[in-house]
Amino acid sequence: MARAFRPSILTANDLLDGDVVYLARDGAWTRRSAEARLFEDEDEANRSLAAAESQEDAVVGPYLAAAVPGGQLGPEPVHIREALRATGPTNYCHGKQTGR
Amino acid sequence: MYRYDGFDREFVHARVAQFRQQVERRIKGSLTEEEFKPLRLMNGLYLQLHAYMLRVAIPYGTLQSRQMRQLAYIAERWDKGYGHFTTRQNIQFNWPRLKDVPDILDALADVEMHAIQTSGNCVRNVTADHFAGAADDEIADPRPTAELLRQWSTDHPEFAFLPRKFKIAVSGSPIDRAVTRAHDIGLRMIRNVVGEPGYEVCVGGGLGRTPMIGSVIRDFLPEADLLPYIESILQVYNAIGRRDNIYKARIKITVSEHGIEAFRESVEQRFRIQRETFAGEHQALLARIGAMFAAPVWIEAPTGAFDAALARDPVFRSFVDTNLHPHRNPDYAIVTISLKAHGATPGDATAEQMRVIAGLAERYGHDEIRISHEQNCILPHVHKRDVPAVHAALREAGLATANVGLASDIIACPGMDYCNLATARSIPIAQDIATRMKERGDERHIGDLKIKISGCINACGHHHVGHIGILGLDRAGVENYQITLGGDGTETAALGERAGPGFAADDVVPAVERLIDTYLELRSDDDEAFLATYRRVGMRPFKAALYPDTAAAAGR
Ligand code: HEM
Ligand code: SF4
Repeated sequence: MARAFRPSILTANDLLDGDVVYLARDGAWTRRSAEARLFEDEDEANRSLAAAESQEDAVVGPYLAAAVPGGQLGPEPVHIREALRATGPTNYCHGKQTGR
Repeated sequence: MYRYDGFDREFVHARVAQFRQQVERRIKGSLTEEEFKPLRLMNGLYLQLHAYMLRVAIPYGTLQSRQMRQLAYIAERWDKGYGHFTTRQNIQFNWPRLKDVPDILDALADVEMHAIQTSGNCVRNVTADHFAGAADDEIADPRPTAELLRQWSTDHPEFAFLPRKFKIAVSGSPIDRAVTRAHDIGLRMIRNVVGEPGYEVCVGGGLGRTPMIGSVIRDFLPEADLLPYIESILQVYNAIGRRDNIYKARIKITVSEHGIEAFRESVEQRFRIQRETFAGEHQALLARIGAMFAAPVWIEAPTGAFDAALARDPVFRSFVDTNLHPHRNPDYAIVTISLKAHGATPGDATAEQMRVIAGLAERYGHDEIRISHEQNCILPHVHKRDVPAVHAALREAGLATANVGLASDIIACPGMDYCNLATARSIPIAQDIATRMKERGDERHIGDLKIKISGCINACGHHHVGHIGILGLDRAGVENYQITLGGDGTETAALGERAGPGFAADDVVPAVERLIDTYLELRSDDDEAFLATYRRVGMRPFKAALYPDTAAAAGR
């Protein structure tokens, strides 16, 4: 049985530095989850995922991660793993937090 | 100290040159990730949650100051100024960029280090007792054996694709500080009744999803038979180990499915053939390697400065109490440098700290440094007269935390802060427990207590062999921590027993405190350690303390 689709953002790691990236609303890759496009439609999400999978020279391991619309901060990932990817590790201000 | 010969050096640099081209091809897009991934893993390069991660082997945990300085340089130049020492005597850099990795590997090769076989289904970095060549309780230095195994297993064509990863640990002392019983092969150096050197060979230990304590396959293996025997074990495993199911592929499963007797019989059969094919060359090699690990020339000097500092300075006294171990030369001490400052990330060292440690090793420690599986650094040979100076320098660098072996000396894997496979974070739990221990201020009074934390069932943080083990799980998207009690990684090895349902992240510290308080109430006297009390009284009182509501309900 296929799992029910949940609204999702499309995420991956950047090929060159491994940083977490998201497919933005303008179709480019962004490093900020707030700018990520939230897919409400399953087919569209899967088409974008397939397109991302062919971008071997830009990103590694793209996948869809469940997210909720959130407020002004843009989509918020549902799972804690994704929340940590969006902000960086807890023990140092070393990841994405530094840019904030 | 073992020095590379021309062959080693060429081999390592050639591997870096190959990898440099592979990275270039990947960046240009002519290699896909699917093609590149096994190549990068062969060079110790992982992709973690936020970045690439480079795992560098520290064979048998031994480093010289120039190597430590190079690690500091790498941390500063290509990473974020620090490195993470792991339970496998590796160092991990958490933030390298792909294009820089070949340069990092070249910088490592310059100091005879590499990341080869730190990943993949091969024989991994061979680990050893971190007090090797120094401890007063040692029979023989395990490092020549570990080095022989390293040379034999590196790029061994027959064992490049084993059913699964393969970990070997060697201890040269009856006191097992290398967790040999939780390794695929654990070797303990012993002497037989007539005093000849050999090994007790254990096989099929391992942690992870199906933890097991290894079984003795040979209670005495003469030294000269080591390689043919180990090779026989690997051949049998390679032939009958399961490749159909990754969770059943480790040798521990092979041994338990076939039974140790049948497995032993197959190995002995192979061994009878193998032994004939091995000429004596490896024994000559072992002798040559052994000579390179000869003890330093000991300094002969009075130790009065040590005794004076001990009498004068209570801070020094408490450092000596926990962080020193008896050396085979009574005028010397083994000094452990804790990388567990209360509230810091276990096992992390900044570039500056690495340089301080390198400097101290050079000035006072016969230029030797060790990394322990407990994620601490060690100066194995410090003359006692110099210990006060070492302590003073460590204090200045924030490295004099006197907690080795105590509740805040926690092993923690990277967990979900970094690791792609994690189901929960481990570092913040370790930080919170250590911070709380400092607030309580009674960890010396509590005494010997090993808390070990893993962020998923792979058990990289050794939680199964922690006196208190903590395993982070994912319960419907929320971090949840399972507690095990009574684990032991030493010569009296045992797997911890699960206490009951897991705890939310915020409830872990109070739960650990309840365990500690229960122990303090129950111990027969101050000398009975947590593990001994647990063994004497069993799970029940601890369980009652962990789950007071359930206990109350049951009593009603
Ligand atoms: C990139 C991060 C890591 C990955 C992907 C990883 C992966 C794994 C996996 C899959 C296992 C289970 C193997 C099995 O049961 O067959 C394992 C076990 C283990 N790893 Fe890691 N690990 C990582 C980091 C670490 C670190 C940081 C340490 C040291 C702190 C470590 C030390 C160990 C140990 C001691 C075991 C258990 C012993 C055994 O193999 O039975 N690993 N690891
Ligand atoms: S135990 Fe799990 S979370 Fe921790 S380092 Fe190993 S694989 Fe990662």
